[in-house]
Amino acid sequence: MKKIEAIIKPFKIEEVKEALAEIGIEGMTVTEVKGFGRQKGQTEIYRGSEYVVDFLPKIKIEIVLADDKYADAVAAIVQSARTGKIGDGKIFVLPVEEAVRIRTGEKAEAAV
Amino acid sequence: MKLPKHIMKWLSVLLLTLLVVGGLSTAWADDEPKPDPTGDKTGDRNTAFDAGGNAFMVSEPAKLSDEDAKDPAKQKAYDDALKAYNDFKAELDKEPLAAKLADVAGHNRVAINFTWTLVTGFLVMFMQAGFAMVETGLTRAKNTAHTFAMNFMIYPMGMLGFYLCGFALMFGGLGPIGTMGGYAGLNHEITVHLFGYDWGLLGWKGFLLQGAGYDTAVFTLFLFQMVFMDTTATIPTGALAERWKFSSFMIYGCAIGTIMYPIFGNWVWGGGWLSQLGANFGLGHGHVDFAGSSVVHMQGGVIALVASWLVGARYGKFNKDGSTNFIPPHSIPMAMAGTFILAFGWFGFNPGSSLAATDLRIGVVATNTMLASATGALAATLWMWWVRTKKPDPSMMCNGMLAGLVAITCPCAFVSAGGASILGAIAGILVVESVFFLDRIGIDDPVGAVSVHGTCGAWGCLSLGLFADGTYGEGWNGVPGKVTGLFYGGGMSQFWAELIGVTTCFVTLAILTIIVFKIADALVGNRVSEEVEIQGLDIPEMGVLGYSGMVMDKEAETPHPKGYAKPAHAEVSTH
Repeated sequence: MKKIEAIIKPFKIEEVKEALAEIGIEGMTVTEVKGFGRQKGQTEIYRGSEYVVDFLPKIKIEIVLADDKYADAVAAIVQSARTGKIGDGKIFVLPVEEAVRIRTGEKAEAAV
Repeated sequence: MKLPKHIMKWLSVLLLTLLVVGGLSTAWADDEPKPDPTGDKTGDRNTAFDAGGNAFMVSEPAKLSDEDAKDPAKQKAYDDALKAYNDFKAELDKEPLAAKLADVAGHNRVAINFTWTLVTGFLVMFMQAGFAMVETGLTRAKNTAHTFAMNFMIYPMGMLGFYLCGFALMFGGLGPIGTMGGYAGLNHEITVHLFGYDWGLLGWKGFLLQGAGYDTAVFTLFLFQMVFMDTTATIPTGALAERWKFSSFMIYGCAIGTIMYPIFGNWVWGGGWLSQLGANFGLGHGHVDFAGSSVVHMQGGVIALVASWLVGARYGKFNKDGSTNFIPPHSIPMAMAGTFILAFGWFGFNPGSSLAATDLRIGVVATNTMLASATGALAATLWMWWVRTKKPDPSMMCNGMLAGLVAITCPCAFVSAGGASILGAIAGILVVESVFFLDRIGIDDPVGAVSVHGTCGAWGCLSLGLFADGTYGEGWNGVPGKVTGLFYGGGMSQFWAELIGVTTCFVTLAILTIIVFKIADALVGNRVSEEVEIQGLDIPEMGVLGYSGMVMDKEAETPHPKGYAKPAHAEVSTH
């Protein structure tokens, strides 16, 4: 099993969700996060005090999939989340040791 | 909380003595004017005037002394007046209905003024909500309950202090309440006679609104003046927000209505020596202040300035090299809605200060107020946009509108529309520069209270000495002629009177603030601990969050000061 962690721009979440549903993935966990990459922040000034807006709001999607499904999922996310502009985000794929469905007790591939 | 018992004991003894003496003093003389608590004797034919100020009643002329009777001009004047009186009496005997109608007209005229004073007073009371919203909107979410609570509690605290003795000290020697029936029971002003002149210092009548104070005109005046006092009282809560201990604030709340506000107030509005600078020394019409740029706003601004200096800046506001850190306002909509509430309430503040709807200058007063608010807001916005930060800043839009309003408060009845607009615009630029100046000298004012009320309050008074156009104010403070400033041929004398008043305000309130805050510091300590300040004052001080259920990243809102050897950190809950 593999876990996909995708950091995307917040306004893309609906598109990504629909693209994943089209290839049969309907479960995910979504968190509101903030971060920055090579995209620099900008300096603002409020009543004489300067400050830098470094962190930009992003959405993190976490999905756990069987080994044969994750490549399609990555492609779907890249396709739907891309705008071509700086700050589009990143996807990370990690190995998963175990998965359990709490309601039924099913394990491994049956759980995802 | 450190509260030495013996100090509390002596404070209570002092307060009790003040009350007893005050109470007794109102029961002394027998030839005192009779108060009218019911209101059925206030306003009769004696208060029936026409628009030109001509009275219905003609009174009997005073008998000439033997010496005066030798002067033929005076004898003739007496004879003419006596004839006029006798003719009038004959007319009145022929038409008794006329006298009864005059009674009704007089009563109604007084009733109009009662209504006016009360309703405008209610508008000014609503400004308390405006102040609370502006201050809370411009400070951080983790302190909302505390900031709002200070602005809330200052209303009852200030009012009760004013009721206890503040009103009596400020207006005890006011004399007849002319626009509301002429009751003259507030007739004891403590005066010293120095260098051949009388210097009114403090009133001493009407404590606890009983005895000579239990008159319906006095009650109406009390309500109106109390909401003005509360405007002063609520200004320092803005400058001291986010680090003032609530117990220290309560001690200040005890002092503001009882002593701090009434002293200078008596000198300007209670018949005291600043109002008599014209009659005594020929300085214009004395220190003139129609609705309180100095009495209300500058007093608040000076207290805010000195207290902010004593208590110190918020944690993380200033770095070691003096540069400032960004501490964001948490709700711009709250701040701007609050500013509109204040601007609305100001329609009670300025026109209401005529204490008379029968004085039709109120139309000019209200419109001047409105114009100054507009030019103040616009000037501040453009100054920020084009000169200072290159962006139109919403918080400065608010400060600018309020600056214009504060500045017009003193001269509103005495200037033209052009004058009002110009002085409002100057106030809008002054407030921006004042905010930057305070940052440079290391004074932390989270909401701009010192700049809006202190700086522009002073400017408002000085601007009267320049822009008063001589169309209003006949006989003001007992000086013949209308109030005229430098630009309209009045010379510098009115300006000097304003400058003396403004300087006196600064010195007096600085001293009073230092005394009160030193006492409060000794009793309970003025400032919360650094830990509490970083965590947010809501839970430690008030026991409840302003925004319960919202996850706040409290440390993110708190800049850590740069340039010091060991950066301070606290274990902060992000609850």
